[in-house]
Amino acid sequence: MGPIIVVVEMQSDAMSPASAELLSRARQLARAQSTRVVALGFGEAARGALGSSGADDAFLAAGADAYVPTQAEAALRQVLQETAAGLVLLPNTTMGMDLGAATAAAEGRPMVAYATSLAAVEGGAFKATSQVYGGKLVAEVAVPEGSVVTVLPGSWPADEAVSGTTPVRDLVVAGESPMELVRTIEPDTGDVDITRADVLVSVGRGIQDPDNLELADELAEALGAVVSCSRPVVDAGWLPRARQVGKSGQTVKPKLYLALGISGAPEHLQGMKDSEIIVAINSDPTAPIFEVAHYGATCDILELMPILTERLGGAD
Amino acid sequence: MRIAVLVKDVPDLVEELELDESGRGLAVDDLSYVPSEWDDQALEEALLLKEASGAHVSAVALDTGDVDNMLYTALAKGADRAVKLVGDYDRTLPGRQRARILADYLAGAGYDLVMTGVQAVDDLDGQIAGLLGGMLGWPHASVVRDVAVDSGAVRFVQEYAGGRMAEFRSSTPLVLGVQAAKKPPRYVPIARIRQVSRSAALEEVEAGGSPSESLAAIERLYRPEAQGHATMWDGDAEQVAAALVALLDEQHLRS
Ligand SMILES: Cc1cc2nc3c(=O)[nH]c(=O)nc-3n(C[C@H](O)[C@H](O)[C@H](O)COP(=O)(O)OP(=O)(O)OC[C@H]3O[C@@H](n4cnc5c(N)ncnc54)[C@H](O)[C@@H]3O)c2cc1C
Ligand SMILES: Cc1cc2nc3c(=O)[nH]c(=O)nc-3n(C[C@H](O)[C@H](O)[C@H](O)COP(=O)(O)OP(=O)(O)OC[C@H]3O[C@@H](n4cnc5c(N)ncnc54)[C@H](O)[C@@H]3O)c2cc1C
Repeated sequence: MGPIIVVVEMQSDAMSPASAELLSRARQLARAQSTRVVALGFGEAARGALGSSGADDAFLAAGADAYVPTQAEAALRQVLQETAAGLVLLPNTTMGMDLGAATAAAEGRPMVAYATSLAAVEGGAFKATSQVYGGKLVAEVAVPEGSVVTVLPGSWPADEAVSGTTPVRDLVVAGESPMELVRTIEPDTGDVDITRADVLVSVGRGIQDPDNLELADELAEALGAVVSCSRPVVDAGWLPRARQVGKSGQTVKPKLYLALGISGAPEHLQGMKDSEIIVAINSDPTAPIFEVAHYGATCDILELMPILTERLGGAD
Repeated sequence: MRIAVLVKDVPDLVEELELDESGRGLAVDDLSYVPSEWDDQALEEALLLKEASGAHVSAVALDTGDVDNMLYTALAKGADRAVKLVGDYDRTLPGRQRARILADYLAGAGYDLVMTGVQAVDDLDGQIAGLLGGMLGWPHASVVRDVAVDSGAVRFVQEYAGGRMAEFRSSTPLVLGVQAAKKPPRYVPIARIRQVSRSAALEEVEAGGSPSESLAAIERLYRPEAQGHATMWDGDAEQVAAALVALLDEQHLRS
């Protein structure tokens, strides 16, 4: 089988944890299928991370320092053509969503997205499970040799220590890019830092109306907690972006995460599943949030919040 | 700027998801469907672009079932045209094959910008924006917001983890997977949609049958096995509040 290609993503000058996870699994799979691991990174800043990636070989598409989708895709396709890849692994992040489906379609390779497990099977193929339908169902998928797989970050742990040095080859990508970077935008830090709170009262679309946020504010005050939320609450303009937990928001690990009216979509879980204690209140007993919560109840959050606030001696 | 917005409906996650007898798919006829929420965001962003800079917006759907109402809704919201790609296929058509049919249509239809939702709850075989970008050989980006027309080119912002973002400028034709519109999607009353469905016509375009695409096959579809399901507190809100306060006390989490 051709090599296993791992596309590495950088996060503030270091390899992202999701990339390290992929490299760990790639090394195991490569051993099982008697092949090699080849890493691909973008931008000069990735050179060091590729050198200590533990891969057998690495390509660096230098050029622009920041990620540009079209350039990254051209580089990945060039690597696939040069190496006859047996498997292509990307994190299911923005980068993976850009490059995974497009490369699979352009190169005529099968594609499996949202994977949470990946194993080798005899005869040179793989088997994956994917989280679909907002995490309500799991699909077990036969992954043929040559497939492109995007993996949800945090699906398995990364190896602690990686030894050896990986030779890094420079990749020259031909052609002009139809897309150019205008500027990068740093996160808006907002009024509070939800990543520092011990207790988060986190509201989802179940809050139904912005007027009901007052109930969450009162509860948070009585608890000495901070209010955070799921993405739709931010998109509706009800709370500022700095309060958002999840894939495109903040990753939080409070002592207590109280999820109120949050379904538990994979993109939300990614940002809070390592909280010490998770309590979920959701009227739907099949909501995926209950898979990660330690305690749960199916009562109405609008009814619960004022009662809880009162019991805690707040807002009378 | 000629914009195509691709719309589809997906199983409503609020309802129970029944599996079919094979255990490899959903019992598609027994489910209820809702428009994919991110497609709604894409349509809204396109309509806002039209209002800001005079774009021509077409809503495009593959006729895999009951898509007429979705298309009339798009017209009622302000789309200029609604296109239904008809052919011999149904809801079980895998995403990859849907993408091929859409790509074949889009390749010759003269659009500058194709917008679609960033993902759909059922697109396990890859997100449609990326698939189309790859099939058409057009530039594309996912997880996009704040789309603007800039002297024949398109500017947009792409989101990354932790709230980081980057702004790009791209030539057209271009495919964008839209995460969120600048404003929450507009609402149109049902009476208005009914009115449009009586006065406006959907444009039907004959598209091909099920094309061949390389497949990764589902072997089993199942509900997550409760690895560590929550300990559930029964009872009404009063009882749940009491249980929660007891937990807070036990964990010394009361301020
Ligand atoms: C994680 C995951 C990844 C997936 N990746 C892909 C993917 O990369 N590509 C993709 O298209 N689907 C992919 N799918 C979709 C999945 O493969 C289809 O839903 C499934 O094949 C349909 O199976 P079926 O038994 O219901 O229908 P089937 O009867 O198997 O087929 C449905 C349609 O596919 C056609 N078809 C079947 N096999 C082939 C083939 N080998 N080549 C061409 N046409 C065929 C049939 O003519 C029919 O029109 C993926 C699904 C999951 C869960
Ligand atoms: C690229 C990408 C990035 C994303 N990033 C993020 C992210 O960072 N963070 C994030 O959260 N999402 C993110 N999402 C969106 C994610 O997919 C989900 O759409 C979102 O998490 C759903 O939010 P929710 O749980 O609040 O809403 P829903 O899924 O609509 O759930 C609302 C829940 O409230 C319950 N409910 C309703 N009324 C009541 C009541 N009165 N009492 C009790 N329960 C009630 C319902 O049963 C339901 O389960 C992202 C999506 C994409 C594509």
